[in-house]
Amino acid sequence: MNDNSCKGNGGGAPRSLIVKDLVKEYVPGKPVLRGISFEVSGCTTVAIIGPSGTGKSTLLRCINRLIDPTRGSIDVAGHEMTHLSGGELRRARQQVGMVFQEFNLVERLTVIENVLCGRLGSVPVWRAWLRRYPQADIDRAFELIEQVGLADFATARADALSGGQRQRVGIARAVMQSPSIIMADEPTSSLDPKTSVEIMGLLNEFSRARGIPILINIHDVNLAKRFADRIIGMARGSVVFDGPPDELADEHLKDIYGGEGWLQ
Amino acid sequence: MTDSATPRKWERFTPAQRLARFGVFLSMAVLLAVSMRTVSVIPEFLWDAPTQMADLFRRMWPPDTASYAENVHDALVETMNIAGMGTMLALVMALPVGVMGASNIVRVPALNWLSKLILVSSRSVNTLVWAILFVAVFGPGALAGTVAIGFRSVGFCGKLLSEALEECDKGPIEALRAAGAPWPSIFLKGYWPQIAPAFWGITLFRWDINVRESAVIGLVGAGGIGVALDTALNLFRWQQVALILLCIFAVVIAAEVLVTKIRQRII
Repeated sequence: MNDNSCKGNGGGAPRSLIVKDLVKEYVPGKPVLRGISFEVSGCTTVAIIGPSGTGKSTLLRCINRLIDPTRGSIDVAGHEMTHLSGGELRRARQQVGMVFQEFNLVERLTVIENVLCGRLGSVPVWRAWLRRYPQADIDRAFELIEQVGLADFATARADALSGGQRQRVGIARAVMQSPSIIMADEPTSSLDPKTSVEIMGLLNEFSRARGIPILINIHDVNLAKRFADRIIGMARGSVVFDGPPDELADEHLKDIYGGEGWLQ
Repeated sequence: MTDSATPRKWERFTPAQRLARFGVFLSMAVLLAVSMRTVSVIPEFLWDAPTQMADLFRRMWPPDTASYAENVHDALVETMNIAGMGTMLALVMALPVGVMGASNIVRVPALNWLSKLILVSSRSVNTLVWAILFVAVFGPGALAGTVAIGFRSVGFCGKLLSEALEECDKGPIEALRAAGAPWPSIFLKGYWPQIAPAFWGITLFRWDINVRESAVIGLVGAGGIGVALDTALNLFRWQQVALILLCIFAVVIAAEVLVTKIRQRII
């Protein structure tokens, strides 16, 4: 599955993410993230594994500043994220597509309009209000909807879709942003095993086709090993493993999740 | 372990609770007795009431349908206009105040409180009192009635809107923020679709109430069918009174049916 037919980005902006010494303390003195550092670039699928409550979601949300980090630096495609605010922050966020565990679609809007929501960062408010999206955006939205296999559902309301279909819309919305990286926060946790594999495959496909790194928070170690080019293991707010999937051994898993009975 | 020979005891209330409950019932009975004495019911009038009612109905029957075109029709239309315009005025004012009161959108406690203050003061004054105030300001007529209906409805619509906004699923909002959407776009595409059914539901419900209220405010000169009712009452034209009451009844029922039908469609 890990074919390396990376298309690259044809000399555009660097599609990379550099996180350095990232610290987040919700309560002063009690860090959730204790100095995370890693670099990703090009079409790499990175799986972040780790027990619940170890700060995986916080890490992703710090990267696009849905949560403000306490210290450290985050560089997305050559832009330092941590000091931005207002319009600059919004423009920087467009560079980061995000896929959510609970899909986070606007239930009462149609599939096409949910996908177009990915462009809200650059479409003027009045156009969004009157639904006068630029024709180029509409063409691209239809194209993406076809690519995720929902051609027949473009004008169906999001609340009429199944979980797997909704996540496909979520991915199309993230890709619609033309991002430099994509982050997925537990994208398969609400889905059945078969659909999970399909969704992971779809994410990988987009990474290869667009030459962009994908960061995936994931519980399922086997799924992570199957699809990722690289695995980052987090425990107790720190990175305890960083390497290719075949180097991830049982000792690492014991260190990451604790105990060993579950490995049998 | 309890000995199976001694039955385990269970009682709903402790003796103290039982005493307290008896005390509450007793004081309620005493209060009732005292208030009966205070309102000083005149027995003759009480016994006389059925006869008086029968007499009133006899004078009201048959309703004076001939006077509809001349006296009632325009006033009825005016009432509907007051209800409709008043509701629209209320919505225009309720939307910003409601948004200001939603603590998940406006994260300034002082503004949340200001909104609550506006909404509570709007609701704490009865429509009839608002009408008296605005008749004093604008003079008698439909304008005073419309503004009165509007001011009373702001509290109702704004509070429900605020609550609908606060109950919004924050998942889609987070997704739109992550896409870099500016605040107005987040409101239009994230919040609005979620509150739209509630918004239209509130609007219809309030309009339904306002149809009934705008029939009354004419009694203090704020326009509409109430003015015609007041005139007919003052002139002891009981058959006209009967006609007006029937018309109000018909309109209220029609509004109720219409609102129910539309609500079924929306939700």
